Amino acid sequence: MNFTNLLKIALRAIGNNKLRSFLTMLGIIIGVGSVIAMLAIGQGSKQSIQAQISEMGSNMIMINPGNRDKAGGGVRMNRTDMQTLKNEDFEAIQSKCTRYVSYLSPIVSGSGQFINGNNNYPSSMTGVSQDYLEIRKLTISEGDLFTDQDIKSSAKVCVIGKTIVDNLFPDQENPIGKTIRFNKIPFTVIGVLTPKGYNSMGQDQDDVVLAPYTTVQKRVSAITYLNGIYASAKSEALTNKAVEEITEVLRTSHKLKEFDDDDFSVRSQEELSSMMTSTSDMMTKLLACIAGISLIVGGIGIMNIMYVSVTERTREIGLRMSVGARGIDILSQFLIEAILISVTGGIIGIFLGVGASYILKFFLNWPIYIQGYSVVLSFLVCTMTGVLFGWYPAKRASELDPIEAIRYE
Amino acid sequence: MDQRNKKPIIQLNNIRRDFQVGDEVVHALRGVTFTIYEGEFVTIMGTSGSGKSTLLNTLGCLDTPTSGEYYLDGVEVRTMSKNNRALLRNRKIGFVFQNYNLLAKTTSIENVELPLMYNSSVSDEQRREKAIACLKAVGLGERLNHKSNQMSGGQQQRVAIARALVNDPVIILADEATGNLDTKTSFEILVLFQELYAKGRTIIFVTHNPELSQYSSRNIVLRDGHVVEDTVNTNIASAKTALANLPQTDD
Repeated sequence: MNFTNLLKIALRAIGNNKLRSFLTMLGIIIGVGSVIAMLAIGQGSKQSIQAQISEMGSNMIMINPGNRDKAGGGVRMNRTDMQTLKNEDFEAIQSKCTRYVSYLSPIVSGSGQFINGNNNYPSSMTGVSQDYLEIRKLTISEGDLFTDQDIKSSAKVCVIGKTIVDNLFPDQENPIGKTIRFNKIPFTVIGVLTPKGYNSMGQDQDDVVLAPYTTVQKRVSAITYLNGIYASAKSEALTNKAVEEITEVLRTSHKLKEFDDDDFSVRSQEELSSMMTSTSDMMTKLLACIAGISLIVGGIGIMNIMYVSVTERTREIGLRMSVGARGIDILSQFLIEAILISVTGGIIGIFLGVGASYILKFFLNWPIYIQGYSVVLSFLVCTMTGVLFGWYPAKRASELDPIEAIRYE
Repeated sequence: MDQRNKKPIIQLNNIRRDFQVGDEVVHALRGVTFTIYEGEFVTIMGTSGSGKSTLLNTLGCLDTPTSGEYYLDGVEVRTMSKNNRALLRNRKIGFVFQNYNLLAKTTSIENVELPLMYNSSVSDEQRREKAIACLKAVGLGERLNHKSNQMSGGQQQRVAIARALVNDPVIILADEATGNLDTKTSFEILVLFQELYAKGRTIIFVTHNPELSQYSSRNIVLRDGHVVEDTVNTNIASAKTALANLPQTDD
């Protein structure tokens, strides 16, 4: 019997039992639909985390004083209070690490109260160099950034974020050129940063005041060391090399012997990124497992119904055999029927899964990303399910004894 | 006998069939020998347990004898593989069953087409043409697209007979073909079989109803796995006349 005829017979058998076939398909529909939706949700959240991290600057490298891997004895100090990073370290990195590092900025911070007239707001001032904007992917929306001259002269100028503007200038007045006070020291606002909103960890990225690092060192905190250095590698791929290079330069500059531990730490965003995506990877795998189990349950449903179908149609099988159907004809007939049920269910499931994903995206604003491979994979899996779970009942049908089958009541 | 110089369709030579039931061996056929020639209308009779079902299964190539020789249209059947027997059934045998065994929710045409579906040398058009021709031959030209559940028992049996004819078999095997039908319809079906006989078809009709022997050309009686009687009927009664003489019912 040729394939077209087999297909016709299978379609008729399914058509004769529409409700039952649909209920059988339902297992596959739900299985495939949930596999696709779950993978879309998992991939979507992973991608959104990655996007947020790269928004923060994907090739960013953070250099902090103190060794984070080794907690020393005695009083443990806040790492930013350690004084192992100096301006000389910054200069050393700047002059020697030119191969992999593109931008470099010292970080000095001081917290206090910002005051403008009768408005005040507690925040912290970050002393940086101009490169900081490039490293953190920040841009100025109004006004200008401070200059080299401002850094040399420790000028009392600052660039402020939107949250600061909102709190200190509630009357919508233009803050450029205005003087605000920070811990009684007057600063002239020379620029406003483009708003960035909250990051994935819930921090307000607009609650920021940038000033020349020399100003913060000398006039605000009265310190000679740095709280940290931010750098950015020339590309994401070069991040690890840049980290190695910086470590080497800092060890030399700190005159550390071969077996001495680092008295600083160099971290890249990559670590953070892999840490955060590993959680969402886990979730994706877990969700896919659950969805996979529902596919197996769907397959068992097919097997069950195929058994019923074979038993119900024992006489038909007997008749077909007596008019010349071979075992292989009967086997293919029932196998095609099972595959047809599972593939039809799979196709409906794909549409359902994609549809459900988009509904989540539009109504709940969930990040969704449907990968081509998840559609292909679930389609293949449900075809396989049809073959695997349809095989045994079909095999049994093909091995029926025509004499008994034709007289089966 | 003028039939003796005709072509033999079925040759049975000392056919035995044993079944293992638990520890016991049941001898269903204990050495059956006969030859059926082309154009014969043979009734095979016997009470239940006489071995007539086993004989029918053997003749229909559904079962293989334990020993003995069976030639169908000159082909040795006993040593054939399962698939070859399926092929043989498809090309040389037409079955008519007691309970019609039509496919449910399927039209007459498609039911009749069924045997040809398993013959890839027949094209879709030829298959349809043949099916229609066979349905017309059994008097169902008006009911080509009726589904099996929309027809009476007699009509269903006619579809089944058309199905048995569609592959142009060398032999038609009927198993209690009138067993489920009322007297009138039974005679109508018998008339059809006699017409087929008149056209030269070879028919084997298995039944337990002894009255039917008068309508066939030859009668074989089985008892306990042996042929106890094999008589040629030279005075074949007409089923048509019998049908006309049936008492009229007023419904």
